Amino acid sequence: MHANPLQTEILFHLGPVPISEAVVTTWVIMVLLVAVSWLGLREASADAGPLQTALEVLIETLTTQVAEIMGRNSAQFVPIIGTLFLFLVSANLSAVIPGAQAPTAHIETPAALAAIVFLSVHYYGVGTRGWRAYVRHYTQPSLILLPLNILSEITRTFSLMIRLFGNMMSHEFVLAIVAFLAGLIVPIPFLALGILIGLIQAYIFTVLAAVYIGAAVGNTALE
Amino acid sequence: MDIHMVSIIGAVIAVCFGAIGPAFSEGRAIAAAMEAIARQPESAGTISRTLFVGLAMIETMAIYCLVVALLLLYANPFAA
Repeated sequence: MHANPLQTEILFHLGPVPISEAVVTTWVIMVLLVAVSWLGLREASADAGPLQTALEVLIETLTTQVAEIMGRNSAQFVPIIGTLFLFLVSANLSAVIPGAQAPTAHIETPAALAAIVFLSVHYYGVGTRGWRAYVRHYTQPSLILLPLNILSEITRTFSLMIRLFGNMMSHEFVLAIVAFLAGLIVPIPFLALGILIGLIQAYIFTVLAAVYIGAAVGNTALE
Repeated sequence: MDIHMVSIIGAVIAVCFGAIGPAFSEGRAIAAAMEAIARQPESAGTISRTLFVGLAMIETMAIYCLVVALLLLYANPFAA
């Protein structure tokens, strides 16, 4: 348990760039995700092996979920939304491994992910609607609401970041306090709860990202 | 009572009272969603997805209180 959740421990320096523990965990997760997909799809065939079948089921589920949220022509958003979800699940669950800390429990990783969502909202919005229509949708339903629309754009990105960070970080704190008070057996249900929290937060982050992007491109079932 | 004491009390009050409103409203939202699912079990998927998004929106208020508490405790601008 670190004293200050807003501070990070630096493991080593790469030239002038400090590398924290969360960054190393992120790299390991990235390597693992790439390796598993590469292994599963290296010799993709119609007569699929177990790993390829598992990956196909996963991708199909993600595709249907994204299609249900974003409506028509959702296929182009599956890569970013799906990658976000897979990374978040593995990042949130990496706390289960002894010695590892969830990178999402430090503020930089959620901040970077929220920045990705923020930028891709505008990227896809401008790309789908064109500049004029995209800027005009900020003045809907009336011009008076322009400052509020811009404000909500900022606050929702901020809350996306803080929601993930707050949930993961506070869970780590609860675990530390329970382990400090009660020792060995009692924290186990809390650890199980942590798996649930990690999955739910990954789901919520992904669904919100999909809803935001869907609202920006102008086709969504729940705006 | 110095500034650190006041900050701690302020953080406690922020989380205490900031959690009440979202707790009530999340309870109401979940109760309404349960009722809707009980009436129309076939639309459970859509309802629960909308519920999750709505809960996330409501939860944001509590999270803002958490942010204020964290700022008071760890990054207080007045406690230099």
